[in-house]
Amino acid sequence: MANISTRQLKSMYDDMVTARYYEERLQEEYMEGKQPAFDISAGPLPGELHLAAGHEASGAGVCEHLRDDDTVTAPHRPHHIAIAKGVDLKRMTAEIFGRETGLSRGKGGHMHLFDTDVNFACSGIIAEGCPPAAGAGLAAKKRNDDSVAVAYLGEGAIDQGAFLESLNFAAVRDLPVVFVIEDNDWAISMPKDRVTDVENGSQRASGFDMPGVRVNHDDAVAIHEAAGKAIGRARDRNGPTLIEVQVHRRMGHFMGDPETYRPEEDQEAATQRDSIERLAEDLRARGVDSATLDDIESEAHDRVDEAIEWAKDQPQPDPAQAHEDVFVNPPSGVTDSEPQYELKRGDD
Amino acid sequence: MSQERQRPAVERELTMSRAVVEAIAEEMRDNEEVFYMGEDVADYGGIFDSTEGLLDEFGHDRVMDVPISETAYLGAAVGAAQEGMRPIAELMFVDFFGVAMDQIYNQMAKNTYMSGGAVNVPMVLTAAVGGTYNDAAQHSQTLYGTFAHMPGMKVVVPSTAYEAKGLMHNAIRDDDPVVYMFHKRLMGIGWMPAPQGPKTPVPEEDYTIPFGSADIKREGSDVTVVTLGLHVHRALDAAAELEDDGHDVEVIDLRSLVPLDTETIIESVEKTGSLVVVDEDYRSYGVTGEIVASVAEESLADLDAVERVAVPDVPIPYSRPMENEVIPDSKDIEDAVKALE
Repeated sequence: MANISTRQLKSMYDDMVTARYYEERLQEEYMEGKQPAFDISAGPLPGELHLAAGHEASGAGVCEHLRDDDTVTAPHRPHHIAIAKGVDLKRMTAEIFGRETGLSRGKGGHMHLFDTDVNFACSGIIAEGCPPAAGAGLAAKKRNDDSVAVAYLGEGAIDQGAFLESLNFAAVRDLPVVFVIEDNDWAISMPKDRVTDVENGSQRASGFDMPGVRVNHDDAVAIHEAAGKAIGRARDRNGPTLIEVQVHRRMGHFMGDPETYRPEEDQEAATQRDSIERLAEDLRARGVDSATLDDIESEAHDRVDEAIEWAKDQPQPDPAQAHEDVFVNPPSGVTDSEPQYELKRGDD
Repeated sequence: MSQERQRPAVERELTMSRAVVEAIAEEMRDNEEVFYMGEDVADYGGIFDSTEGLLDEFGHDRVMDVPISETAYLGAAVGAAQEGMRPIAELMFVDFFGVAMDQIYNQMAKNTYMSGGAVNVPMVLTAAVGGTYNDAAQHSQTLYGTFAHMPGMKVVVPSTAYEAKGLMHNAIRDDDPVVYMFHKRLMGIGWMPAPQGPKTPVPEEDYTIPFGSADIKREGSDVTVVTLGLHVHRALDAAAELEDDGHDVEVIDLRSLVPLDTETIIESVEKTGSLVVVDEDYRSYGVTGEIVASVAEESLADLDAVERVAVPDVPIPYSRPMENEVIPDSKDIEDAVKALE
């Protein structure tokens, strides 16, 4: 723990308690109007919702190293990463509530959050955030700046072509990209041992001649250390790294998932190995008292509550806005007129 | 089709998902070479209940959960089908098609033709389609026109449990690739309540519905409304409302896009003179344009008025007011019928 300051630990702790409380509050808000019989299309908070409680250490431990000009792409379970990357909490929440002042003016929703101020984006198709992250790395390399890109994916995504092709592309071009596999043991209903014969996703790296690292516990400090090396390596233009971190899925694949396929003891275990409590112990060991931790937590809760209240107060989009934003330029392109030339076609 | 209306009385009602599963199970019992592959289709039973209960009877060898590798398992279905097996492979959401487009379009759809008929691909590609629950642009499309546009695939879209079973039997037995697009909102899933219409009486025995046989779901003399999938039910709702205003609307359920039953549509338009085509896919270069063009080519003189009701050319937005704006509802269909006057 020598390489991490107490200030950094506190910053990670802040991100993690913010993310955990955020998901708990969203879960409450989401269930409004959907009970007693769960109806995905009822209630004020629409659509599918994939909550990331249990993943917090991976967001905080990696993004602690990142600047606003570093790019992050996240998958369908994005909130903890967005929070750690510094995405505007109010506008993100308004987006999740489908409001006009949301990050995407209500067009994207929780799987499609874009915050260009901090170079954050997420996508709902498995592994498909990897190629754009490689592209951000390519742009950084071409422009000779020292920004990096991080692509997050789940362990269920490691069998997808977009991921494997991106590893190769990033490796052969020495791109400043870090791929972070969040291993929560479950791809919806599929335990990883039924879909891949390698024990760990980090082993995929060896086929592409890049470093592959696995962090076996959802320990924010250990993730921070592994990510520090990988991001440093990328920033120094030494190429990509693949990191896999163990996290836990505490709230089902999506809200409404009955998880009947999942053994109870596995569900139970996911709630017991808590990265937030682990980090709190680390902080206490450094002499940070409980009152300070409580203050961080209560301020985080206030921010989340405020964001949610703000979001719920925001106007619904005008239906007519559905027709906007398909293009940024007019359909005709950068011009609406054509010059007049006399095109001589040779001897007529 | 009129002969189907004379079928013996059937009382047992099923949801659409139960009808789908019943057909698949019956085919799997009859033919050892039929098997199902997809994400979360075994232990979970399909996110949209498309395989609910199959694992218990047939086990993991024949109801196969697969890695999230659509190119690999859809392509493997093509390969197994070319060996003579009868795979059914599921795209959890049709929107994921892009991940495996080469296997779908350049292999599954073309190998028969490119081999001069020497090779055939007797597989079914099932896919959940449709919006209405705010799942945004990557999980709400129907893509009916996209699949129907490319030659080499039969494309079917059931609107009720009765259709779902008969079309699935035909799809599995067909020696060609069939894309079987089921609308999530019609399946009768506990957490996504279906409208009234799709749960219908379903015969216990197996039966096949031919592709290319549109069904007149409601007879009428003033206006022909042609549609498919969820919008069959929205059109029927609109027709019931319009009846009070003195409009006698005929509703035609296409049931398949490839082949397309233009004959039933043209016969209807010859009678009504007015055509409204309703589609949950994008407006341009799609189903609505194709139907209107087909009628115009064959029967332009009978066509007095035309309206198209479809998703405007924008991706499906997330927020409810905007999704409601772009996905046609029964009021939009009523307005289109009234606009013909």
